[in-house]
Amino acid sequence: MTDRLDVRKTYKLFIGGAFPRSESGRTYEVTRPDGAFLANAAKASRKDGRNSVLAARKGYAAWNAATAYNRGQVLYRIAEVMEGRRAQFIADVQDAEGCSDTQARAQVDAAIDRWVWYAGWADKLAQVLGSANPVAGPYFNFSVPEASGVVVAVAPQDSSLIGLVSVLAPILVSGNAAIVVASTARPLPSVTLAECLATSDVPGGVVNVLTGDPVEIMPWLAEHADVNALDLAGITDDALATDLERAAAGTVKRVRRPEAGADWFADPGLSRIRSFVETKTVWHPMGV
Amino acid sequence: MTLTASLPDADPTALRRFLQGLPGVDEVGAVGRAASLATRSIKTSSKSYAIDLAIRMVDLTTLEGMDTPGKVRALCAKALRPDPTDPSTPSVAAVCVYGDLVDIARAAVGDACHVAAVATAFPSGRASLAVKLQDTADAVAAGADEIDMVIDRGAFLSGDYARVYDEIVAIKEACGSAHLKVILETGELRTLDNVRRASWLAMLAGADFIKTSTGKVSPAATPPVTLVMLEAVRDFQTATGRTVGVKAAGGIRTTKEAVAYLVLVNETVGEQWLTPDLFRFGASSLLNDLLLQRQRMRTGHYSGPDYVTID
Repeated sequence: MTDRLDVRKTYKLFIGGAFPRSESGRTYEVTRPDGAFLANAAKASRKDGRNSVLAARKGYAAWNAATAYNRGQVLYRIAEVMEGRRAQFIADVQDAEGCSDTQARAQVDAAIDRWVWYAGWADKLAQVLGSANPVAGPYFNFSVPEASGVVVAVAPQDSSLIGLVSVLAPILVSGNAAIVVASTARPLPSVTLAECLATSDVPGGVVNVLTGDPVEIMPWLAEHADVNALDLAGITDDALATDLERAAAGTVKRVRRPEAGADWFADPGLSRIRSFVETKTVWHPMGV
Repeated sequence: MTLTASLPDADPTALRRFLQGLPGVDEVGAVGRAASLATRSIKTSSKSYAIDLAIRMVDLTTLEGMDTPGKVRALCAKALRPDPTDPSTPSVAAVCVYGDLVDIARAAVGDACHVAAVATAFPSGRASLAVKLQDTADAVAAGADEIDMVIDRGAFLSGDYARVYDEIVAIKEACGSAHLKVILETGELRTLDNVRRASWLAMLAGADFIKTSTGKVSPAATPPVTLVMLEAVRDFQTATGRTVGVKAAGGIRTTKEAVAYLVLVNETVGEQWLTPDLFRFGASSLLNDLLLQRQRMRTGHYSGPDYVTID
């Protein structure tokens, strides 16, 4: 009997619904927390960042035009597809974080449930975040939340899956397109998540996943004039977060600063959804 | 090539013999050559130069059934000052509109920019010669100083080269002092051999420019087709001493593609052609991408579609 050759997976980026290698051709070594070699992941460059912004802008048009109800269905579909690959996610999280099987299971379950939770919010956030405003005049006056546009998020560095999903889902639910820079040291669950997204009726370009070093990519994306908001959840260096916030001010982006010691398993509330919507207020004549 | 001695006149038999006798184009070679030139990396100051040159070469085009005078005026304003945030941005070469909107375009740009009109029953070219001549004369009378005509592809493909030749000669006469660009519509000519024949035919008949496409047929301009046309222009200059321009139109949307065309021009016919007088881009969305890249070079950060006009 002959030994079967290993079929090793090439870990690539996820841009515009496709899985390209980095434009720069670079990769970097990903190891377990104990130092054992795991895989070579693609190391995204600033041009990969730029390409994802183009893809996200295209994806945004389709995603934002979809009905809120439909977006909810698609987010639920992501949970369904992840459920089908539960075993792989558990293995990925265990490899990435060096945690026990039980902990990995708990994290994967929580991540899947998080999608379901946010899926429910898709067609309800307008009722909660919006309002009918009493005004002194013959007008109906109401405020509705609308998506910010293209949002760049840095996923948490420690929590490889639940952290990533907790950052990504609230961006998508209101109709934004997202570019996520995965955890540098623990990127592999993000690649598996990208494979789920590619088969979950999420239009191409709505989510783009980059693996690599946020220190290298983020300054370019923070300055990019076609990006509307930043979520810096995974930036651990306070000075860098400040620099990025300053760069983002050039085109008046919304910026959500990292929160130290965030508990990704806790009930997320609406805070992250609220960070990436714009409020539109309409004055409508009553016709009296 | 030893063409000088045997250039044909309007005699149908001589014309046919000459065009059929042109050497065939190595299609695989042309595609490979164009692809290899497109891999050149143009950076920093060369890129700045290429972007400004490409902007100066743009024929800013709107050829839609729903064009309105307001849209044409907006286009003209953009042609003269493509990027209002940066006055150092050069103007484009020309605006290109349908014949009935020429007077509006001319009034809007004055003498600051060329006005090109598509004529001769654009884009199909299916009308009688009398109608085509009238179409051309109307556009010239309204103030067009460049005429983009389409050849009769039906006649060309059925081998009636003399008919195409006579038509171009007649239109050229109707143009008077206006420059004549002859659209070959290469997407309908099928083979690169035909592209070479049509290029020669147009140049022999008096074209000032040969142009790839109307933009209404896919594929429009492609690098291999443009390469073949540039080679024809080069050979024609060697044979006759007359210099003809080339216009690549349709399907060129990004700065990267535009720069690749400039490389193609430089490597095929030489630096002499790197001027708006001899090479043009027929485009609408290309200009916005050029402006975004220009802003990127100027500000150091990537720009976005919010910072250019929606056309």
